[in-house]
Amino acid sequence: MKTFGYTIQNDRQIDFDAADKKLYRYVAEKEPDINLCIFCGTCTATCSAAEFKNMSFRKISLFLRRGLTENLKREIESCMFCGKCTLVCPRGINTRNIIFNIRKGIEEYEF
Amino acid sequence: MSFDWFVLPFSIGALILIVVLISRYILWVIKLSRADRRKSWRSVFSFKLFQAVWEVFNESLLHRKIFRVNALLGWMHMTFALGWFLLIVIGSVESKFHKEKVFNMPYDPIFLRYFEHDVHGFWFAEGFTTIMDTILLLLLVATIMAVSKRFFKWIYGMKRTTKLHPGDQIALASLWLIFPMRFIAESFTAGIYGNGGYLTQTAGDIFATFLPLKSLELGAWWTYSSALCLFFLFLPFSRYMHIPTEVFLIYLRKAGVKTPDNKLTGFSEFETYSCSRCGLCIDQCQLSETTGYDDQAVYFLQKLRRNILQEESSHNCLLCGKCTNICPVGIDITKIRLLKRTEFAPEMLFNYRHYENVIHHDERKVDVAYFGGCMTHLTPKIKIAMTGIFRKLNIRYNFVDENGSICCGRPLKLAGNHMQARDLMQENKRIIIATGAKILVTSCPICYNIFKNEYKFDKIQVLHHSEYLNLLHKEGALKLTPNEEKMVYHDPCELGRMMNIYEPPREILEKSGKLIPVQKEKNFADCCGGSLANLPLSEDNRRKVSKEALTKLLAPSPDILVTACPLCKKTFSNVSDTPVKDIAEVVYERMIE
Ligand code: SF4
Ligand code: SF4
Ligand code: SF4
Ligand code: SF4
Repeated sequence: MKTFGYTIQNDRQIDFDAADKKLYRYVAEKEPDINLCIFCGTCTATCSAAEFKNMSFRKISLFLRRGLTENLKREIESCMFCGKCTLVCPRGINTRNIIFNIRKGIEEYEF
Repeated sequence: MSFDWFVLPFSIGALILIVVLISRYILWVIKLSRADRRKSWRSVFSFKLFQAVWEVFNESLLHRKIFRVNALLGWMHMTFALGWFLLIVIGSVESKFHKEKVFNMPYDPIFLRYFEHDVHGFWFAEGFTTIMDTILLLLLVATIMAVSKRFFKWIYGMKRTTKLHPGDQIALASLWLIFPMRFIAESFTAGIYGNGGYLTQTAGDIFATFLPLKSLELGAWWTYSSALCLFFLFLPFSRYMHIPTEVFLIYLRKAGVKTPDNKLTGFSEFETYSCSRCGLCIDQCQLSETTGYDDQAVYFLQKLRRNILQEESSHNCLLCGKCTNICPVGIDITKIRLLKRTEFAPEMLFNYRHYENVIHHDERKVDVAYFGGCMTHLTPKIKIAMTGIFRKLNIRYNFVDENGSICCGRPLKLAGNHMQARDLMQENKRIIIATGAKILVTSCPICYNIFKNEYKFDKIQVLHHSEYLNLLHKEGALKLTPNEEKMVYHDPCELGRMMNIYEPPREILEKSGKLIPVQKEKNFADCCGGSLANLPLSEDNRRKVSKEALTKLLAPSPDILVTACPLCKKTFSNVSDTPVKDIAEVVYERMIE
């Protein structure tokens, strides 16, 4: 089942204390392109992993920005680095490198 | 015994060099796998040793491969290598004649003229001086060429030459000094004692007219010896390390030692240190044209040698294989770079369990399993063409990943995640075997590469669709009506340089229309720029690479650009006004039902 990632906006209070932006800064330094994301969901629509599992780069992008590392960890596991998302992104974002660096960042900071 | 204090710098330098070299080589041999070590001992007593010696002669001395690529550069390398080699060999023979002893001091041939003033006393003496002077002359010319290459690289048809670090600079300066100093020292002695050949004697006589040779002579020999010493001391820390190392590399290669698919061994140390820094790889690299790139093969290897390799350098490369293709030493740079990436790859947050048993097949018996690959799903015309061809020819096939692909695993490997790729490979292998097909056809050269090289199917023949279509055509099953459209063909890196498939796509295209050659093709073809291997490359630079490659391909103004890779197709389509098609589409359009 393919969810395009538009249903993630559950009611929530924005809790600035809980948001840990360390990972975001780490990734943004390596791949500043992350800031160009407009959350259009094209990446998710094409994702190879999303054919088999709930997985959305759009969510990853959002979780990263909001500092929701726990959700991010769950979401990112299935990515196979196939690179389809990079090819379709209308903003030319190097999504593959972002996922690579999120994985590295989480390892580095031992979240 | 002849002795003077000035022989000491040379002797000490040479001794230190030998100790350093031996200890390094022993360390690298220890790092080889046990099987490789066994192979290399065994081959000492076999014909392979002779083969290795022959190749050392051809490559390390004659430098035939550099000759083929660049004659002027080849000549320079050859005179340096062969000239110096002959200078040593003939020099030692000469010194043995002089001393009438088989074993004399190792420095005797080097400083012979200083110690032996009599050239007429023994058999063939003038012959020796003439030969030695000729070699010295050639070496002086080579030195002039080397110096001029540094300053006027365009003479040698090179856009860029290698950059140097301090160790290299000192070694290079001393190398430039060695032969001129030998010439000056020998001429000075000849000017005093008349023991020179046509070159050194003439020069010596001229020097004698205006220089106080007697007081300068010893100084010249000291300088010569010191230049040699300096060169020997800096050799292990400079590019000249390639001179002794390449000999061992050639031998190991003949003995059948290779870098395994999954990890680097001592063999790649031998390769890394065998780079002569000829610089041929620099102009090959398409990333050289994009801004400020300095991680071409030669610099990558240099960083490895100096142990300062960073993640960025190991990843910022298309792994297109153009440098490996041109390298006269035959270093598999692409493989070294690929395996180096494992050191920087993340290890956590991979979980592929949920891909287990998600793809099922009906029980129908089929002959062909068709695997589109992730990228083919982005270029649906390719899969429409392929399934269309299967149907029209009544081939019993199974579209393995019709409803979504589990990635073949190569993109993970390209990012350095070799271990993680294994899970995906296992699952895909299981699914493919379960179809019961005898032939696996794939449209994606990236999948093709890993299916063929690493999946290790026992009973399934792996074919790229260009090979398969060509086969169908040869067997007569597939018939084509050619039309008049002018086509150029782009060789995908993964299909061409990686897998050596150059002819099948050309054969079938020639049968379907007018195929015109392009300037850079087959193993010299450019990369489309879309390579998954380069993680950090920005979109802008990617487009630059693609556009440059495209301009060259479209130079003969074709009606369509044909390729055999969904990723190349997608990448070129983004920048091209001329239609870009996959070979399957071309064949599908023109097949007779
Ligand atoms: S396609 Fe690009 S811009 Fe759109 S959500 Fe994905 S990463 Fe963001
Ligand atoms: S690289 Fe990962 S996120 Fe992108 S399409 Fe492939 S599996 Fe999905
Ligand atoms: S890697 Fe090969 S081509 Fe490049 S400088 Fe070294 S020897 Fe020459
Ligand atoms: S593999 Fe290609 S991109 Fe990488 S260094 Fe060699 S020529 Fe350049």
